[in-house]
Amino acid sequence: MDRLLSIIAGVSILLIGVVLLNIRRAHIRVEYSVSWLGAAASMLALSQSPWLLTQLGHLIGVNNQPIALLLVVGALFLIVFFRFSVIISELKDANIALTQKVAILEYQLNAIHEKLQAPSRK
Amino acid sequence: MIAATGKHPLMILIPAFNEEGAIATVIGELREQHPELPILVVDDCSADGTRTVALEAGADVITVPYHLGLGGCVQAGYRLAFDLGFQYVIRLDGDGQHDPAYVGLIRDTLLTSGAQMVIGSRYVNGDGKHTSFARGIGIVFFRWFLALILRKEVHDPTSGYVGVNRQALEVFARSFPLEYPEIEALVVLQRLTFRFEEVPVKMRARMAGVSTITAVRSFYYVLHVLLGVLVNILKYQGSKRRL
Repeated sequence: MDRLLSIIAGVSILLIGVVLLNIRRAHIRVEYSVSWLGAAASMLALSQSPWLLTQLGHLIGVNNQPIALLLVVGALFLIVFFRFSVIISELKDANIALTQKVAILEYQLNAIHEKLQAPSRK
Repeated sequence: MIAATGKHPLMILIPAFNEEGAIATVIGELREQHPELPILVVDDCSADGTRTVALEAGADVITVPYHLGLGGCVQAGYRLAFDLGFQYVIRLDGDGQHDPAYVGLIRDTLLTSGAQMVIGSRYVNGDGKHTSFARGIGIVFFRWFLALILRKEVHDPTSGYVGVNRQALEVFARSFPLEYPEIEALVVLQRLTFRFEEVPVKMRARMAGVSTITAVRSFYYVLHVLLGVLVNILKYQGSKRRL
């Protein structure tokens, strides 16, 4: 039990460190790091507070603390993954719309360019 | 640049991806049979000379900067047609399977029936030739499945030989399924209480290239389309974003 809690605390600290490092290097935008930092902070708090973990275990009807903790950790990551699926979908929609608009604008620009050049060819 | 002219401006839309072997023939046939119709080829970032061949054949071409897939490509054409004020768009494939001889029939049906979409169907008075085994099974399955949802029989739900009027064009310019769009498009129309008609056409063998729907991908196709149909049924119309 203690070992599991220590491992989860270690992983949480490592995750926070990795996320902060990536924010510093501008590999992750701050708004997209919030989910990871929130999940890691929650994991750290739960692993370091047996009372909180017991209360949470009672709340979800699981008396075994390690299983309760793993369930919560799993749920947190599912939420994070879902949030990123939504973000990726929005980005893909926006990307497609922009790509189409770029192609259409390029076509219209070429047509205007040809029209402007046409009299000078005569 | 193509322009919407005449009383019922109509544009021919050809989405194309690596179709340099057939596109010139398709455009040539269209030019010969319907010289008055503007032809727009949407080149889906082909790796071959599709764009050059299509331009040389006399079509207007827009090239998307990266490979969007069929739906994204068709939607780009619909967007341009809508912005330019076209009343009707007829879409046909660039591989030569869709005989341009039926463009007139689809156009006339669009003009006279009042339907928002007209589908060129190989199974209405046709023989269904030039359909792969896997695709044939898919067609039978989706024919049954769509009959439940649409409460109307669709003989050839996977046909990409379709004409749309401006009402459908407005809808599709805003939102169009990305992959395997034909079946989902029917469900979108049904949700808006739009009508579609089918007219008999004969499909030909593709002139060049290979179909993207292989036997293995057929399973993915069925799952993807089923999910897409389900999503379209559940979709909240008010949440659509305009870009």
